[in-house]
Amino acid sequence: MAERVGVYVCHCGSNIAGMVDVEEVARWAGANLKDVVVARDYKFMCSSLGQAMIEEDIKKEGLTRVVVAACSPHLHEKTFRRACENAGLNPYLCQMTNIREHVSWVSKDRAKATEKARALVAAAVERVKHQAPLEPFFVKVNPATLVIGGGIAGLQATLELADAGYPVYLVERTPSIGGHMAQFDKTFPTLDCSACILTPKMSEAGQHPNVTLFTYAEVEEVSGSVGHFRVKIRKKARYVEEDKCTGCGICVEKCPRKVVDHDFEAGLGYRKAIYTPFPQAVPRIPVIDVESCIWFERQKCRACEKLCPTGAINFDQKDEEITLDVGNIIVATGWKMFDCKKIPQYGYGRLANVFTALEFERMCNAAGPTGGKIVLRDGKTEPQSVAIIHCVGSRDSNHNEYCSGICCMAALKFGHLVLEKTKAEVYSFYIDMRTNQKGYEEFYHRLLEEGMHFVRGKVAEVTDAARRPEEAGKLIIQVEDTLMGKQRRIPVDMVILMGALEPQADAKELGLKLGISCSMAGWYTERHPKLDPVATMTDGIFVAGVCQGPKDIPASVAQGAAAAARVMAMITKGDVMIEPVVASIIEEKCSGCRICNNLCPYNAIEYDAEKQVSRVITAMCKGCGTCVAACPAGAITGAHFSNEQVFAEIEGILWDAVHGNGGAGVKEGQPVSA
Amino acid sequence: MSETQGKGKLALYWAASCGGCEIAVLAIDEKILEVAKHFDIVFWPCATDGKVRDVEKMEDGSIDVCLFNGGIRTSEQEYMARLLRRKSKVLVAFGSCATEGCIPGLANLSNREEIFETVYEETPSTENPQHIVPQHETEVPEGKLYLPVFYDTVFTLDQVVPVDYYLPGCPPEAERIWDAIVAILEGKLPPKGSVIGANTTVCDECPRKRTEKKIKKFYRTWEIIPDEETCLLEQGIICCGVATRAGCGARCPRVNSPCIGCYGPNTDVIDYGARLMAALASVIDSNDPQEIEKIIQDGIPDPVGTFYRFSLAHSLLRRKRKLIAAAAGGK
Ligand SMILES: Cc1cc2nc3c(=O)[nH]c(=O)nc-3n(C[C@H](O)[C@H](O)[C@H](O)COP(=O)(O)OP(=O)(O)OC[C@H]3O[C@@H](n4cnc5c(N)ncnc54)[C@H](O)[C@@H]3O)c2cc1C
Ligand code: SF4
Ligand code: SF4
Ligand code: SF4
Ligand code: SF4
Ligand code: SF4
Repeated sequence: MAERVGVYVCHCGSNIAGMVDVEEVARWAGANLKDVVVARDYKFMCSSLGQAMIEEDIKKEGLTRVVVAACSPHLHEKTFRRACENAGLNPYLCQMTNIREHVSWVSKDRAKATEKARALVAAAVERVKHQAPLEPFFVKVNPATLVIGGGIAGLQATLELADAGYPVYLVERTPSIGGHMAQFDKTFPTLDCSACILTPKMSEAGQHPNVTLFTYAEVEEVSGSVGHFRVKIRKKARYVEEDKCTGCGICVEKCPRKVVDHDFEAGLGYRKAIYTPFPQAVPRIPVIDVESCIWFERQKCRACEKLCPTGAINFDQKDEEITLDVGNIIVATGWKMFDCKKIPQYGYGRLANVFTALEFERMCNAAGPTGGKIVLRDGKTEPQSVAIIHCVGSRDSNHNEYCSGICCMAALKFGHLVLEKTKAEVYSFYIDMRTNQKGYEEFYHRLLEEGMHFVRGKVAEVTDAARRPEEAGKLIIQVEDTLMGKQRRIPVDMVILMGALEPQADAKELGLKLGISCSMAGWYTERHPKLDPVATMTDGIFVAGVCQGPKDIPASVAQGAAAAARVMAMITKGDVMIEPVVASIIEEKCSGCRICNNLCPYNAIEYDAEKQVSRVITAMCKGCGTCVAACPAGAITGAHFSNEQVFAEIEGILWDAVHGNGGAGVKEGQPVSA
Repeated sequence: MSETQGKGKLALYWAASCGGCEIAVLAIDEKILEVAKHFDIVFWPCATDGKVRDVEKMEDGSIDVCLFNGGIRTSEQEYMARLLRRKSKVLVAFGSCATEGCIPGLANLSNREEIFETVYEETPSTENPQHIVPQHETEVPEGKLYLPVFYDTVFTLDQVVPVDYYLPGCPPEAERIWDAIVAILEGKLPPKGSVIGANTTVCDECPRKRTEKKIKKFYRTWEIIPDEETCLLEQGIICCGVATRAGCGARCPRVNSPCIGCYGPNTDVIDYGARLMAALASVIDSNDPQEIEKIIQDGIPDPVGTFYRFSLAHSLLRRKRKLIAAAAGGK
């Protein structure tokens, strides 16, 4: 029986109709495409009237297939599938083709755009005729959640979920949770003490009955999908047994090896070979840094072991692999700071009194290496003048084009701290002052009043080559002051570089494990930049905090809470629908060659050694098609992407070549027989 | 089978192929007597005397089964294909050449002109000062002589006439030929258009041990003496068994030699070479584009000959296409 196809071409206001002759596309489809019984255009297909039109046609005209030429299926595939379902048509017999993002928005020539839209409609019509009804299936949502990253965003998400009564596994790479906020002294714009607001959350997470902490641990492998992920994590050996250690700190105190702490102290301070990153660390259990420990270097020492009162030190400890089953995953892996050495003209690493923003945060911190005193690299001299350079590695096409968003405010915070703690003059060298959140502009005005100097201009160079007597022994900032319109040389004692926020070095790698993507800059891509900011394209995986893009603490916390709310909604619902667009292996055709066995990005393929065939675990398959393309025996088929469907689609797109040219068309490659 | 006459009518024909298929028919040994019991062989130019005009005189559809081996590369072969199609109830593309083009199909990498130039001018053993090449028409004192037209392209049988069944293999294995004959005799035939044979690939019949595949380097056969027990592909030798229809009993891998793909693609696979390439590309163990490039360049110097050795004429591209103007101009 011939199918009865309905074709609906959307104007999308003028979004499509402005560039594509939608009436003509509909008319053409109705007149030329086989089996098309209804072809209409309409202002807004996604409106309730548009949907009603489809529903009515299905009932009155007995449509067996529906094609909607409109926007991206990401936006409205569900809408039109639902409309079909309402009218009793299996939703998978509806095909959308994108003539907005793929045509009108990217075309300049109306005639060509219309031609392309026609081709896409023809492709969809040919394809839809081969589509088969499919039934979705449901899986239970495991109420446990994995949170990756124990910064403020991850902590917020963890506590929201735990307080709501759901189990959370929090995996943190460093020995303690807390993230970057733990390094700060004060937080803008209110100047509350960072530790005072952070540490209660840390200890709450550490003690919460619903939270299991895995610190000094990383995610190795993720399989499964929404509702039932299986995650392998590797807990690195601490060489300290967590259940025996009381956190007394004797080992740390007695350890004879002191090394520069490039992590928590940002290179400004020291730590021992066995250490906890900071006094309020959660958990308080130290770790031995294998790289610096004397025992690992030359099999001597073990002082910690000898002096530990509970015998917690264990040099034979091995990395541990732990498997967790969770229903959802929240990624909150935060950021790392731009390597300021990449801009050599600012002298970091070469000129002693050039500091990074993180070093300066540690310097201001009362628990930091200088006890909160602002001093030069010599550790004692108070500076008389301080320059703060904005946008180091941000808004710079050589490094990162984006604005890091928080550094203007952090620079103002630093200005305030310098003015409060010293008698120094403070200069800010900014390109634009970006203070556009609640209370931020007011904070800027406060600093103007406090007497911070503002110089608008991108600093060309920081140098110690004095030209004038007053420059001797100073760091000279060479800058074009764009408000005064002239070059200036400003001698200072100390320079602070507001390095950009950058994605974690392994952000892409972790993204691959999770099946989520990154922007060009390396920030995780949200499902929709405006309407779905904490979900990702992979169901059941959410993002929060700076790993999704630069932002301040309030926004990170809001995202952490939002992600938790999304997860709670999933848990409360109890089960999730799985798209029936999955692969399956025809056992008879499978030769057990095992080509497909390690290809599936979701680990959905298993090998049955007894029968010597491979099998797709349907609930785990995401229908990506990798295995379908790879199976050399053609034993794997992808529902909704069968050979017939794909080839019909190609033939449709080539409609003009096949049917056009006055019927000349494409000939089979027949011999030229007499 | 035509019950009134008791015995069926069988025809065999040899077009663009090496002739191995003809011998393969005889390899069913004494079972040939069984065939003779059930069939009259009405046309088999290789083994019995028979004239085209005799076939022309037969009634349409009067031959029960025609086993046609060889591809179509000349006008004469095309004529015979059309004639035998008309005269036969069941037309079987017999062997790789008729099914997929096989080795003769690799000539689709060149055209008539290039082939004639190589064969009649360039080969070291050729001396042809008068530059004589075959012509369709030649004037001789006695009148005009005709030779078949030599086409630019080798076609498979089903690219010329509708084919009922396929029997792949270069040549088909005697057992599979016998299976097909039995299927025909017993009327237990699969749907028209199918291959009479297995629906899986050679690995299924191969006794070698296999694990998950990860390939760091491809070896050519002379570069390595493979381990006898492990899957050859896993040892880096391109064994086409993964993509090739079962039926041979994994003859080649059993003697430590990789499958080269003579049994063609599995059921419903549209392009054998593309399938095999996609499969191998999936198991190259590297994520570094440069390293991947090197693995491929070093290990697979002749991709068409490797992946389309038997199936070029039946592939989606079918033959070498014209060079794009710019590329051609640049050379
Ligand atoms: C100099 C400076 C000063 C700032 N001052 C302020 C301020 O005063 N007020 C304000 O609102 N904002 C401030 N910010 C911004 C603030 O730092 C961020 O908004 C905040 O850190 C974001 O928190 P987060 O949880 O997203 O990321 P992070 O704090 O970076 O936390 C991420 C956590 O994830 C962990 N992690 C990373 N990768 C993995 C992995 N693969 N597996 C497991 N764990 C992983 C990290 O170890 C870390 O603990 C400042 C920023 C800078 C640069
Ligand atoms: S073995 Fe020695 S160097 Fe290593 S952590 Fe213990 S005390 Fe420190
Ligand atoms: S926040 Fe300010 S300093 Fe930071 S990148 Fe943006 S403009 Fe530059
Ligand atoms: S690739 Fe195909 S034939 Fe090979 S094991 Fe997988 S499903 Fe079976
Ligand atoms: S289509 Fe294949 S590779 Fe893709 S998710 Fe499903 S089983 Fe895995
Ligand atoms: S040796 Fe060849 S036929 Fe045998 S299992 Fe390996 S790939 Fe398959």
